[in-house]
Amino acid sequence: MTRTTGTVFGVNGNMVTVDVKGDVSLNEVGYISVGDQKLKSEVIRIRGKQAEMQVFEQTGGIGVGDTVEFSGEMLAVELGPGLLGQVYDGLQNPLPQLAEQAGFFLKRGLYLDAIDKARSWEFTPKLEAGATVSAGDTIGTVPEGIFDHRIMVPFNISGEWTVRKVAPKGSYKVDDTICQIEDAKGTTQDLSMLFEWPVKRAISLFEERYKPTEPMVTKIRMIDTFFPVARGGTYCIPGPFGAGKTVLQQITSRHAEVDIVIVAACGERAGEVVETLQEFPELTDPRTGRTLMERTVIICNTSSMPVASREASVYTAVTIAEYYRQMGLNVLLLADSTSRWAQAMREMSGRLEEIPGEEAFPAYLESVIASFYERAGVVRLKDGSFGSVTIGGTVSPAGGNFEEPVTQATLKVVGAFHGLSRERSDARKYPAIHPLESWSKYPSAINDELVAYCRDILLRGNEVSQMMKVVGEEGTSLEDFVLYQKSEFLDSAYMQQNSFDPVDGSVTIERQRHIFRILFDVLASEFDLHDKDNARSYFNQLRQIYLDYNTSEWESDAFASREAELVKLINEKRTGYDSTAEEIRNRVGSAVG
Amino acid sequence: MKKIYSRIEEIAGNVITVTAEDVRYSELALVTSGHGKSLAEVIRLRGNKVSLQVYSGGRGVSTGDEVQFLGRPMQVSFSDNLLGRIFDGSGRPRDKGPTLEENLIEIGGPSVNPSKRIIPRNMIRTGIPMIDLFNTLVESQKLPIFSVSGEPYNELLSRIAMQAEVDLIILGGMGLKYDDFLFFRDTLEKGGAMDRTIFFVHTASDPVVECLMVPDISLAVAEKFALQGKRVLVLLTDMTNFADSLKEIAITMEQVPSNRGYPGDLYSQLAARYEKAVDFEGAGSITTLGVTTMPGDDVTHPVPDNTGYITEGQYYLRGGRIEPFGSLSRLKQMVNDTTRADHRGLMDGMIRLYANYKESVEKKSMGFRMSEWDQKLLRYGALFEAKMMDLTVNIPLEEALDLGWEILAECFQSDETGLQSKLLDQFWPRKSIRDEQETA
Ligand SMILES: Nc1ncnc2c1ncn2[C@@H]1O[C@H](COP(=O)(O)OP(=O)(O)O)[C@@H](O)[C@H]1O
Ligand SMILES: [Mg+2]
Repeated sequence: MTRTTGTVFGVNGNMVTVDVKGDVSLNEVGYISVGDQKLKSEVIRIRGKQAEMQVFEQTGGIGVGDTVEFSGEMLAVELGPGLLGQVYDGLQNPLPQLAEQAGFFLKRGLYLDAIDKARSWEFTPKLEAGATVSAGDTIGTVPEGIFDHRIMVPFNISGEWTVRKVAPKGSYKVDDTICQIEDAKGTTQDLSMLFEWPVKRAISLFEERYKPTEPMVTKIRMIDTFFPVARGGTYCIPGPFGAGKTVLQQITSRHAEVDIVIVAACGERAGEVVETLQEFPELTDPRTGRTLMERTVIICNTSSMPVASREASVYTAVTIAEYYRQMGLNVLLLADSTSRWAQAMREMSGRLEEIPGEEAFPAYLESVIASFYERAGVVRLKDGSFGSVTIGGTVSPAGGNFEEPVTQATLKVVGAFHGLSRERSDARKYPAIHPLESWSKYPSAINDELVAYCRDILLRGNEVSQMMKVVGEEGTSLEDFVLYQKSEFLDSAYMQQNSFDPVDGSVTIERQRHIFRILFDVLASEFDLHDKDNARSYFNQLRQIYLDYNTSEWESDAFASREAELVKLINEKRTGYDSTAEEIRNRVGSAVG
Repeated sequence: MKKIYSRIEEIAGNVITVTAEDVRYSELALVTSGHGKSLAEVIRLRGNKVSLQVYSGGRGVSTGDEVQFLGRPMQVSFSDNLLGRIFDGSGRPRDKGPTLEENLIEIGGPSVNPSKRIIPRNMIRTGIPMIDLFNTLVESQKLPIFSVSGEPYNELLSRIAMQAEVDLIILGGMGLKYDDFLFFRDTLEKGGAMDRTIFFVHTASDPVVECLMVPDISLAVAEKFALQGKRVLVLLTDMTNFADSLKEIAITMEQVPSNRGYPGDLYSQLAARYEKAVDFEGAGSITTLGVTTMPGDDVTHPVPDNTGYITEGQYYLRGGRIEPFGSLSRLKQMVNDTTRADHRGLMDGMIRLYANYKESVEKKSMGFRMSEWDQKLLRYGALFEAKMMDLTVNIPLEEALDLGWEILAECFQSDETGLQSKLLDQFWPRKSIRDEQETA
């Protein structure tokens, strides 16, 4: 088949209009020749004989009449063993390898293999000649890091096929044929360990999709206890600049209890990715004893990199996430920031002169955001195993105001909302998740009733604090004042967490459940406090010990003695126990979680 | 030599359109009119219709003026001869020195490969406690000063520039008032820094398009020096003028505005410049300090808002002081763990208490009785503002830390500070004024 070609008719920013000779399809990839460079581009609109293409590169130097070759393929990623530990740009170019060739700077038109073709993998077949297979079935496995990477029948193969030959156990390169299949008509096809999949199409080769209920532990108390995320669920972190979105995602990428993390650094600072890049190979994953890098893929298309590949980058990321889900793994995709992706769409929409919606975002913004998050999910695969893709995206609302199109469109589709507040980050209350505005539809790893009780204290304590702003401390009853102190205690001792402390930085669910009991006791107890100054200093004392408790190593002597101090201090002043709390506690029993 | 076109078909604002063949996107052309010559850059191609933005502006350009394409994008001369010199936004001398034409380099080059970046590691000492202690500046950082006109942001910029240990200073002025330009020149001259400084200055009375070139020219030169091993400090003042120039061109080109008239790619445009800040492994670095004036003192205005999302923090300058709230150095944690053991704890603790102080002030202003705790906070806030926030204070970090403990001990009992016991044990001043009073 001869490929369609064309010539450049116009250039406007990163959009090029091409006169096409032959057929083209929407989202087809083409290459514009400029001197000895070929610039990758994607068809984003077709009108008569002209196609509009977004160029994944700087467009300087392109001239009218330059030739364009179309590939016949949609924008796709390579899937196969060797993705883990890689650092790609939005088009799956490996950045470290690019640097080996081009040095400090990115080089236009230089595209490298996403997956190392020279590396050998120990293949173990899982089926025999004669077996019937279809897309997604496992042919065999290769060890990749700590995982058994499933070598699967390419996802784009349709119908049922019979296996004619499978390679014996041994060492192979990704391009080697490891299987030959034949369809009913007798057509045969050779399969390697590698295949491509178009990024904008969801991979949906599973039997059933479930409601996400199992917690995805982040080791951040405020999230796991109060605003949990479930495996296969979706959540968003909107917040003004500097409120802590990126730090929150960074610590989640380190500590989350999942098999694989895909980090999509989408249109924000390059420097922030570098921390991950340089530190992950050095950090051990406590669950596996291997480096964190071995479970991580980084898609890095930061703010000064071409905006069209920024648009592609979130799709590249989610496609790789879905691929590993097909192996029965739990994958977490963290995208920072989905607003930059939306802005990339806006830039293109503007160049296409589409009728703009609110804040000039395209009218299809909502549906595109919705279908992106729809790619998350916990699923049962054909072989009965379960896998999940969890998606967490930050949102960078203009002016920090959540009443803007991207935040609003995202809130409609996600299962949890961790709204960051400027007020809290200004006061250095981290994580700056707003405890009253945030919500989650997923169950907590700690008993939901106990959590609701705490949240109620927070709510009422906040009301007191609002009221105190009007009537002053002197116009507030001691009872209300104590309630306020309790809510402050909950906030400062439990919700706030020091991400940079080696101990406090990540708290296991076991520890959360343990220390939650003491927190609950403080909140539910009635204390003998004779005046407000007395109450304030008592809660200051409690807080001080609890903070030290938080930074003491789990089950260490220091931890035990801090706990004893807390219990002693509580018992000294306790005169009773709130009856509602008592009732819940009796019902829930000692099992907090 | 390329063909000369002598028929301009359209003139709108600073953008002209000609019919021409064999022209490339971003190519430069020379427009010769009755007023002289000006460079122009190709910003749109459509068939044989070529739109260019004229650096010296569209005013006075006639349909009969000549347009000659140069077959190359915008370039600037790069050598040590630039040192001590003053140029305009197109790279023409503003001083009496010669025009430089040797060793031309392209501006607006490709971004640094993120995988070649390194983790910033060197603190830049400024002697300003609000910076060194609370929001440490780090080599290769990009950081703007958010302010309103009338505030001494240019003074602050020049003070940091004079005090920072860097090899080279590049000042990019955009819409700079002539007086401010003279101020910079005189300050640097007096400080003996002129021979390691390069100016690219667009003043308020110069053509708008040239304003757009200033960051690119400044940063292209900075990048070359950095690659040669120099630690370069780039000062960009005022980036709001740069953004307004972008807006003006976008409107002329009839682009759909996204927010208050600014183009939808404002974020990407600003990021392309700020992201040039870098530390080259084995060579030099670029640190960028900008000024972003906030129209109407509104931080949610698109320019400061987009800037804040791009830069690695910001210093809020208000009432002649760097505000503790809102001010942020995102890179501080890269360096403040190795300065002194109490740096981080003290930094967070003091700000938390200052936030409490602000609440007490609010309560007081509403006429509420001040509790004993409020009294302590009020005392603390006053001391903090006088001894830490005042911009005339000029002390090394270590002294600022000691001062911090003194202030705390003067106002509070140690367990009221919310600081970790470990730190209190080590650093709480044994004999503060207050303890003496109490034992007496
Ligand atoms: N959990 C945290 N603990 C301590 N400091 C934090 C935390 N989160 C954010 N910060 C501080 O705030 C700065 C900005 O956070 P960042 O995540 O980059 O904000 P955003 O991505 O929302 O713009 C960080 O550089 C750090 O100084
Ligand atoms: Mg961020």
